[in-house]
Amino acid sequence: MTAKPLSVGPWQQAWRALLRNPSALVALAVLAFMVLASLLAPVYAHHIAKVDPFTSNVAGSILVNGQAVDIMQPNDNPLHLGLSPIGPTGHAAYLLGADSQGRDVAARLLYGGRNSLLISASAAVICLVLAAIAGIAAGFFGGLVDSILSRMMDIMWAVPVYLFAISLSIVTVSQGLHIGPFVIEADNLLIPIVIIALVYVPYAARPIRGRVLALRQAEFVTASRCLGVPQWRIVLYDILPNVMTTLVVMGPLLMALALLAESALSFLSIGVQAPAASWGTIIQDGEGLIYTRPMVAIAPGLAIVIVVLALNILGDGLRDALDVRDAARRSS
Amino acid sequence: MPVNPTPPALDPTPLLEVRNFSVSVQSRGTVLPLVENVSFTIGAQDIVGLVGESGSGKSVTAMALMGLIDSPGVSITGSARFKGQELVGLPDRQMRRLRGREIAMIFQDPMTAFTPVYTVGWQIDEQIRTHERLSRKQARARTVELLAEMGVPDPTRMADRYPHQLSGGLRQRAMIAMALSCNPSLLIADEPTTALDVTVQAQILDLIRGLRSRYGSSVLFITHDMGVVAETCDATLVLYSGRIAETGRTEALFAQPSHPYTAALLASIPPLDGVRPARLPAIAGAPPAPQDRPPGCAFGPRCAFVHAACQTNPPPPLINTGLHHQAACLLPAEGHALPQHQPVASPLS
Amino acid sequence: MIVPLLRRLGQTAFVLFGISALVFLVFFATPGADPTARIAGRNASPQTMEKVRKEYGFDRPLPVQYATMMKKLFITQDLASYVDRGELVVPEIIRAAPVTVSLVGGAALIWIALSITMGTIAAALKGTWIDRSLMMIGLVGISIPVFWLGQVTNLITQSRYHDTWLFSWVPGLGYVPLTENPWGWFKALIIPWAVLAVMFIGIYSRVLRADLVALAGEDFMRTARAKGLSPTRVLLRHGLRTSMITFVSLFGLDFAQLVGGGALLTEVVFGLPGVGRLTYQALTNLDLPLIMATVMYSAVFVVLANAVVDILYLFLDPRVRDAR
Repeated sequence: MTAKPLSVGPWQQAWRALLRNPSALVALAVLAFMVLASLLAPVYAHHIAKVDPFTSNVAGSILVNGQAVDIMQPNDNPLHLGLSPIGPTGHAAYLLGADSQGRDVAARLLYGGRNSLLISASAAVICLVLAAIAGIAAGFFGGLVDSILSRMMDIMWAVPVYLFAISLSIVTVSQGLHIGPFVIEADNLLIPIVIIALVYVPYAARPIRGRVLALRQAEFVTASRCLGVPQWRIVLYDILPNVMTTLVVMGPLLMALALLAESALSFLSIGVQAPAASWGTIIQDGEGLIYTRPMVAIAPGLAIVIVVLALNILGDGLRDALDVRDAARRSS
Repeated sequence: MPVNPTPPALDPTPLLEVRNFSVSVQSRGTVLPLVENVSFTIGAQDIVGLVGESGSGKSVTAMALMGLIDSPGVSITGSARFKGQELVGLPDRQMRRLRGREIAMIFQDPMTAFTPVYTVGWQIDEQIRTHERLSRKQARARTVELLAEMGVPDPTRMADRYPHQLSGGLRQRAMIAMALSCNPSLLIADEPTTALDVTVQAQILDLIRGLRSRYGSSVLFITHDMGVVAETCDATLVLYSGRIAETGRTEALFAQPSHPYTAALLASIPPLDGVRPARLPAIAGAPPAPQDRPPGCAFGPRCAFVHAACQTNPPPPLINTGLHHQAACLLPAEGHALPQHQPVASPLS
Repeated sequence: MIVPLLRRLGQTAFVLFGISALVFLVFFATPGADPTARIAGRNASPQTMEKVRKEYGFDRPLPVQYATMMKKLFITQDLASYVDRGELVVPEIIRAAPVTVSLVGGAALIWIALSITMGTIAAALKGTWIDRSLMMIGLVGISIPVFWLGQVTNLITQSRYHDTWLFSWVPGLGYVPLTENPWGWFKALIIPWAVLAVMFIGIYSRVLRADLVALAGEDFMRTARAKGLSPTRVLLRHGLRTSMITFVSLFGLDFAQLVGGGALLTEVVFGLPGVGRLTYQALTNLDLPLIMATVMYSAVFVVLANAVVDILYLFLDPRVRDAR
């Protein structure tokens, strides 16, 4: 066991172990690809598909094989009653078809990926920071601090995660948040980010607290105390580096949970607000079209499954590489 | 229920005859020998001590004999004949019939050796009913009887206790009762007293010593404690880094150790009478891990008598140094017997 | 036995109070607009606003508001929805509860059976391709958003393949009460059960396998083998039985959370009129009293269920029985 701050050894060793793990490497590559694809969303929309994915386009038409085709087409029923958006075209424009407002699903998928990935990654990071503060404070200082923090966690733990997130979302989504002079608009991405980060704090803080409790008994910490090292130095140089492995392993797993939560909230229309997109909102858009134009809902769902699976595999790989047993593992 | 013990002289084949027994594990392309060419014999009602530091391969030997090592990459070679039956390579199904019935084992830490969620009695019943067609009631009757014989007070109630509710000594007694429940001919005791208080240790040792007369069982006694060996075992086997360093009848081996390692171990026991040394001699250094064994004698780097001949392969073979007494050391063959009570390895070398 | 029980009860009471306060604060003290407007709904008349303000005491200090709310929720149970023309909220929740319990109960049976089978087989065949594929299947299960899986299943069983022999028996979306038509109840719920169970099968089989593999290194497992027991018996009677301690505590939490409204997404996708869908409907027309009531009731349910699990624990793990 090392008490040195971030000595290169163990991390490099873990990195090598990760590089020997083919499934983790594949997961890493998939994630990199998804991030890159989302970053290139404007390039795709403006230069390849040449569409505007944010405005309704029910009256428009596109060129397929040189012919103009209406985006909204008559239904297949004998009387041709009603209109359905165009299905997958197989061409650059409207590759995956249109949603009920005539917008290009493929382009929205990429833009939605930006929001989904941004929200889940930021939520995971914020959640880890909060959980690390709470977990280290509770585990290291013990006593009253621990009691108060642990009881608070117990209380948050008792509300089903999604219900908690829904409650927080519903009160903020209608009017936004007014804290003194600061106003956060209802469609600000910060709202879903902070909400998702908050609801998962108890899940992440508990294993960190356990790890800190174990570390506090460790000989090198006792040694530091006996030497009269100030507490903040012990936390910074003895505890934090050793908790770091737990945090790193939890990172991808939390991001996976956050992505699922974000898509659920957006699916319930209390996450990302229109006209912005996320994978969850596109699935919501596709709900009404599920029997006629299933691709609208299937594509973003597949994207979620792929990213979450890759994150979970990466988390498993990191856990094996860093040999951490007590990282967060659950969701619900 | 002691069985009438058969006198050892009438038994032509020994109970357990181990020849050139080796255990090796394959790891990252290289083969690491954990135990090399171990040979020994246990006669009926013998208590044989297997002594060595941790990592010397004593527990591995016991586990391999019981067929309890099933990790991939482990290969076990040589021969171990139990009542004439070859154990090495025996199919698991047949091995299972021997385990617990013919060869039983007791472990170091009785706290963790019982399944925490069942009562002690349930676990003893389970072993009895695995090997014998008995009703629950009959099995429990035998359990209670066994617990009583092992000196467990109020055995009927104790049988209904969970492991964590018993003291360490009582747990180890229950463990021994469980091991003896099917009248095994051989009991392998893996450091059975290490985790216990000193007073309880003595009681458990008494119990184990009494087993041969009461149950006719032989015991393979694994320990790192030379004192325990002297009190308990008929014959002694000293293991160093997976190889036998010295073997012989206990009295002979203690009176005249032929291997410097044995001598060093004996010198590290505080004397019972006479002048107490200010500081007990310790053996400098640590035993080598399997992958860094030096060429020749594995004890060479820590030995006070090491010389060039010791450091060439193959390692020194076992040489007879007396009746039933062998040592894997070049010194006796070279005509330098170890001086008695010599100072062991200078602390600074 | 009495002291730990009393302590547990005290804790439960504390958490109950904490939860109700937390939920209350989330709904009525979040910085932002006036809670009166939130309760009254969009475009409420000034008279309604005034009535709401009086009824909930929004012109009085927070503790009074909290007490008023708790009284309306649990004692007089006359909390009414303003959006939904005065519909009483509490009876509505009670009517919806059997649907949720049916959904979650059936799913729980499926996920317990399958995850124990998968986890045990994977642990027994540790390191083989069977182990690896079972665990990969589990991981995929964890990675699928349940509402999307529900939609895709609907697409297959209700539309694309509904006319084949495989899925022609599938009834339309909706719920059939058990008391009316048990077979119809079963047919209506079997697919939602399976969909809801998928994620939990993944979680539980992976947790169980990890637990069993960790246990395999324990001394008592070695003892069990040294006794001459068969590998199956060692794994099931000693390994699995010990793992059940973790398993049950996990199950208690998840089951309670699902009954308490965690199954919301499944209920929405399959059109099952349970507590979760009630919350969802309240969500779509911003019916705050209803949402708050469902969240509050579910939290209370979860807390009580956790207490029950802890007591169950006393029976499963003899060590806990004596400790403390």
